Amino acid sequence: MSASAAPQLPGMLRDNPRLDQWVRFKEPGRVTVSTGRVEIGQGVLTAMRQIAAEELDVAPDRILLQTGDTDLTPNEGYTAGSQSIQFGGVALRQACAEVRALFLDRAASQLGHPRDTLSVEDGAIVHKGQPTGQDYWSLAASVDLACEATGGAPIKQASQHRVVGQNLPRTDLADKVFGGAAFLHDMTIDGMVHARVVRQPQRGATIRAFDEAAIRRAAKGPIEIVRDGNFVAIVAQDETIVEAAAATASSHVAWGNLETLNPMSEEARWLLQQPSIDKTHGAPPTDRAPAARAYEATYTRMHIAHASIGPSCGLALYKDGHLQVWTHSQGVYPLRAALARTLKIDPAKISVKHVQGPGCYGHNGADDAAADAAVIAMRRPGQPVRVRWRREEEFGFEPVSPAMVVTARAALDDDGKPQDWTTEIWSGRHTNRPGGGGNLLAAEALPDPPPPPLAVEGPPPPGAGTRNGEPLYAFPAKRIVHHLIAETPVRTSSLRGLGATLNVYAIESSMDELAERAGQDPVAYRLSVLTDPRARKVVEHVARMAGWQAGLPAGTGTGRGIGFAQYKNMAAYAAVIAEVEVDESVRVLRVWCAADSGLVINPDGAINQLEGGIVQGISWALKEGVRLDETGISSRDWEGYPVLRFSEVPEIAVELVASAVDRPPLGVGEASGGPTVAAIGNAVAHALGARIRDLPLTRERVMAALLRT
Amino acid sequence: MPSTTFSVNGKPASVAADPDTPLLDVLRNHLRFTGTKFGCGLEQCGTCMVLIDGEPVKSCGKAVSTVAGKNVLTIEGLGTPERPHPLQQAFLDEQAGQCGYCLSGILLSAKALLDRNPAPSRREIALALDDNICRCGSHHRILRAVEKAAAQIRQGGAR
Repeated sequence: MSASAAPQLPGMLRDNPRLDQWVRFKEPGRVTVSTGRVEIGQGVLTAMRQIAAEELDVAPDRILLQTGDTDLTPNEGYTAGSQSIQFGGVALRQACAEVRALFLDRAASQLGHPRDTLSVEDGAIVHKGQPTGQDYWSLAASVDLACEATGGAPIKQASQHRVVGQNLPRTDLADKVFGGAAFLHDMTIDGMVHARVVRQPQRGATIRAFDEAAIRRAAKGPIEIVRDGNFVAIVAQDETIVEAAAATASSHVAWGNLETLNPMSEEARWLLQQPSIDKTHGAPPTDRAPAARAYEATYTRMHIAHASIGPSCGLALYKDGHLQVWTHSQGVYPLRAALARTLKIDPAKISVKHVQGPGCYGHNGADDAAADAAVIAMRRPGQPVRVRWRREEEFGFEPVSPAMVVTARAALDDDGKPQDWTTEIWSGRHTNRPGGGGNLLAAEALPDPPPPPLAVEGPPPPGAGTRNGEPLYAFPAKRIVHHLIAETPVRTSSLRGLGATLNVYAIESSMDELAERAGQDPVAYRLSVLTDPRARKVVEHVARMAGWQAGLPAGTGTGRGIGFAQYKNMAAYAAVIAEVEVDESVRVLRVWCAADSGLVINPDGAINQLEGGIVQGISWALKEGVRLDETGISSRDWEGYPVLRFSEVPEIAVELVASAVDRPPLGVGEASGGPTVAAIGNAVAHALGARIRDLPLTRERVMAALLRT
Repeated sequence: MPSTTFSVNGKPASVAADPDTPLLDVLRNHLRFTGTKFGCGLEQCGTCMVLIDGEPVKSCGKAVSTVAGKNVLTIEGLGTPERPHPLQQAFLDEQAGQCGYCLSGILLSAKALLDRNPAPSRREIALALDDNICRCGSHHRILRAVEKAAAQIRQGGAR
């Protein structure tokens, strides 16, 4: 890049600079807008519609939104990491601003009016407030959008916004409330067959004996069996028959080359004995502080499941040499690349289209189910194949979020404030998506499986296992020591928050203990080491919301705690206060949250995301941990893996700190989870007068903590 | 194949299927009422909730033969975009949902509750919905929406 003053394009627009990849005027009165971002329950399609409507000056309902389709939409990688608005939305905004500017240029020369006397109102070109008879559609033939964005067109200022910042209702919700065919799971294609996979119990397991006749005998109707290497699938016209056949099939397949798992690997501390790839980020190492001025504590978390409410689904049709795949994956382009490698065909011969699925919260079984369908479809040309995972498959074979151990270590000054801070992290991989190395279950079962994907994680920020490992507090020296454990007992990958959840829990628990040591109130202590004005604001705001009082006695059975983080140290700021009651177990009574996510496209949508993160955070904190046995994941239903139910959900109040609307939008979807878990931990410590450092905060751990007091 | 006759959303249905076929499969695949969702097949999550003669039942664990002669209500029979049930309207008003996969089951559990208790407390609503899992964390909005619908129905908005 030269050092010229050319405007910088948003990254996603730099990668996909042609404007007609984003905006087209194909139908009169309508605007076709494309986004590589996909709807995963977070409301992103509604927000993208608002962004485009705002910058193009058209009514939102004029917009036809195309999303996540390798034939139609720009390649924006994955819809993940709370980046859709912060990066994808900002790219779309700039593209729309440029399109609007090109049309105004064209209108100015055609109408002979000065450019700055023209504006757009709902798609019509207006001259000094008067209609000109021209609009986007009348001019479309004479404006070439097959050109690259320049970054030159100005975007609107927040004060000019009419659509952005409004609570536009979710465009996808009505269909779901009236029982429409809103999900991939509801889609049918003429001639479609249903399939289920008999899963390879582990990577590398091989079929020793396979009683095909017994599987056929047990089936209550006609089935076909697809087998290639260690990949086995059952196919039938009737879904009931195939589901029942799959449920019994595993007892008719004997597997060899199985590795016996150490039952201890269920608990996070197992990680401490494993070989690791070690990296230090931040300040250079220092000598240990003298004991009197040292703080050290270790926190752990078990593996966590995405636990989607609906098992993953994939549809595929191989016809005339072209493979069409329908998926609820978070990344249609990376999935296409991984399928091309798995099937050994040209990516140009594969189309992947996103259709909505149940909430995934990260990398769950969606990509694998799509691959299952694709592998079967390739062997049955002309026949559409639908694979819907069974519940035990979703729990047992999705990549889970890795167990983690985090040690927080600080050297303190005379006032009890950290002068030197270390967050030491032991964790399996948090990034293991298929685009990187063909990590798909079907690929592993086929002959000639790809090598295991390399364990690689980018540095913070944003990091993955290291995410939020650096406290935002103004400590003179801060470092992260990261032990990335490549070999874990089960497959792991990204789940909402990644490493941030336990890192924030460890840091914020430590902050409360340091405050106590210094004889200070937890809120006051945090503010004494927090210089970022936006961070201070959310902490002060949530304290006001909750009517925070310093000096309330500990050990009374009820307690309050605070947790704070800026997600990824670069997305939204969130501070959470939780109030709990603890007898033998923990009940969360009330939660308050204040967040700053800069320019907010749809405030109610942002609040909905923050609320969802709070509820999921409570569930993680109190209940969740994947169970393992000798072969793999043994918690394969909702009794084995309980999550928070309606009667356990507290009162929740969320407020957006509104003063930051002139700042760029910051991703909000993952901002509240870590602070919520931390706030609950601190509230429980306050209620009990003893701290629980291992998640989840189960009845057994509460009882053990009570015995210590 | 023996046939089972029952009523779905007020209209007669006759299905030739193995008597053990789960009602959920019959609704989704034979009758194409796909608003009712598969979640677990274990009667644990509530995404497949329907009303049978007014009672909430998880249709994944209910053999079709057991509903012969009975009235089944699914989400498609609750209301329409043109004539929404007060619960559906309240869910839209409160934007009570994220991914939405759990919503049809929750709406039917809520309808069963309001039919027998027109003025439930927040706690009673929560307990009535404990058979339904929402993984996105829309609980708070859903509880608010059910309260709102109950008030609406009490004021004469019921159908």
